[in-house]
Amino acid sequence: MAIEPTQLKETPKSAIRSSIDAPDSVGIVTPHSYHFDEPLQLRSGKTLPSYDLMVETYGELNAARSNAILICHALSGDHHAAGYHSASDSKPGWWDSAIGPGKAIDTTKFFVVALNNLGGCAGSTGPTSINPETGKPYGPDFPVVTVRDWVKSQLRLMDRLGIQKWAAVIGGSLGGMQVQRWAISYPDRVANAVCIASAPKLSAQNIAFNEVARYSITSDPNFHAGRYLEHNTYPKHGLMLARMVGHITYLSDSAMRAKFGNAGSLLENTTRGNLGRDLRSGTLSFGLNVDFEVESYLHYQGERFSSNFDANSYLLMTKALDYFDPSVDYGNDLSKAFAEGDCKFLLVSFSTDWRFPPERSRELVETLLKAGREVTYLEVEADQGHDAFLMPIPRYSNAMRGFLDNAYKELVTDAS
Amino acid sequence: MRPDQEIIQRWIEPDSRVLDLGCGDGSLLANLKQTKGVKGTGLEIDGNKIQSCVERGINVIEQNLDAGLWNFQSDSFDTVLLAQTLQALSHPDQLIDEMLRVGRRGIVTFPNFGNWKSRLYLSSKGRMPVSKFMPHAWYDTPNIHFCTVRDFDALCEEKNIQILERTVVDLKHEGSLSMRLLPNLLGEIAIYHIARS
Repeated sequence: MAIEPTQLKETPKSAIRSSIDAPDSVGIVTPHSYHFDEPLQLRSGKTLPSYDLMVETYGELNAARSNAILICHALSGDHHAAGYHSASDSKPGWWDSAIGPGKAIDTTKFFVVALNNLGGCAGSTGPTSINPETGKPYGPDFPVVTVRDWVKSQLRLMDRLGIQKWAAVIGGSLGGMQVQRWAISYPDRVANAVCIASAPKLSAQNIAFNEVARYSITSDPNFHAGRYLEHNTYPKHGLMLARMVGHITYLSDSAMRAKFGNAGSLLENTTRGNLGRDLRSGTLSFGLNVDFEVESYLHYQGERFSSNFDANSYLLMTKALDYFDPSVDYGNDLSKAFAEGDCKFLLVSFSTDWRFPPERSRELVETLLKAGREVTYLEVEADQGHDAFLMPIPRYSNAMRGFLDNAYKELVTDAS
Repeated sequence: MRPDQEIIQRWIEPDSRVLDLGCGDGSLLANLKQTKGVKGTGLEIDGNKIQSCVERGINVIEQNLDAGLWNFQSDSFDTVLLAQTLQALSHPDQLIDEMLRVGRRGIVTFPNFGNWKSRLYLSSKGRMPVSKFMPHAWYDTPNIHFCTVRDFDALCEEKNIQILERTVVDLKHEGSLSMRLLPNLLGEIAIYHIARS
């Protein structure tokens, strides 16, 4: 069942302010791979003998090497956070709305580092890499990596880049969990922590969605127990289904009504009476064809994702999410985990995010207050659900810009 | 600095921990940070004011005071401030309890409804006072729990709360001898420094 990408009601091209030539774009960027020979001891007890990390950077590292910001990606993100790889790219990096000259994460002030995490499929060592022991792709033999392992590898990258302390570590969703882990494991290496739309650990509902995603992948006949590459195939339908379910959870009901209804802007009061039931072709098919825009959209998203993302990587990333719970080492009292260090925290949640709702961020705020930490917290009204963390919503962008401006002032003052 | 802020500043110990409930644009906390080296946090619900706090480098948490201070540990602050917000709360008495659970001491300021101008307005016109200072009509005012100096004294007594100091000022935030003598009649803004007994 091949579905053509239909005319999607995404933001019109004219409304996307960023382009390669725009003064607030980082323009053309080139990723670099860093090789690490020192074995990485993993949380699971296994060891990764050597590995590569694919990295992109934006802006200039200052002489004191004090203006570096680490960007941590979420489930399906990678090192390509901003700019374009070539002039023919139709889309910029995944967080281009936030990173660039004059943007909230201002590359005229900061040196921004983004990497693809271990186990990923965008150039860092992961299931599609060759296992040196067998000469074949790791596939399902790639060890389960946790947020803690990622942050350990990010620390090695930091040392390689000669950075003593991050001016800020920033991430949303699963990226926000890495931010928390940085503050817990390496408190003296972080000056500011920005944790967006995240949670101290997943709830049963979150884990349930991840399990649906995993089961749809592993039950695809083309999965071949994870050795699909050796069979020259991949579990396309399983990945599609996983992404379709995931995508529903990243959007809010109101976002979907606005997106798939004739009513226009998300920000206007469009959801009343608009259920987002726009038809794809104007009539019902009275068959099992795609009738509604929302169906077509999900098929398109699933299709696009399945041809770009490795199934084993997806399984690993969801496991990292499920396993994240730093409180286990501290008698289930997370505030004890945050006892060390003096980095400042900025937390942001979004009103319609039901994947990581504001309550979960409030839990983190409470924990950080209990630990006596400096916290700023915003609960932003936004229609876009969990996806809001990727969007340039003014209140959110302005707060991040204001927070980072102060971080910058402090590092300039410290230097003088 | 406004004279009421000057009074508040006198009551704050250097390097202490201060929680400001309804912290506005963060100017008071910024001032206390600069002059007293306090470690401050503010609570606020207005987005623009929160942004001002962020820009000033003041820790601010978006939180409705009517939800209480459940996320704050007991004794986690030295002083909890509540400036010009008491009258807008759903349960002012409960928040006062919360303030003195979270902080050792509290500072509360509120418009004194017992002031002669309010009394005269009500007695002569027979209508709820509306003035430059309290510009809202009774049906759309955020100020739903006005009280007088005497009312607040009574609440403190009922709750066995210690009044460490009490002062009243006028709308220019200036005090006078006559106001000190007849606070409930002449004072326009009441400023209390309170503690658990």
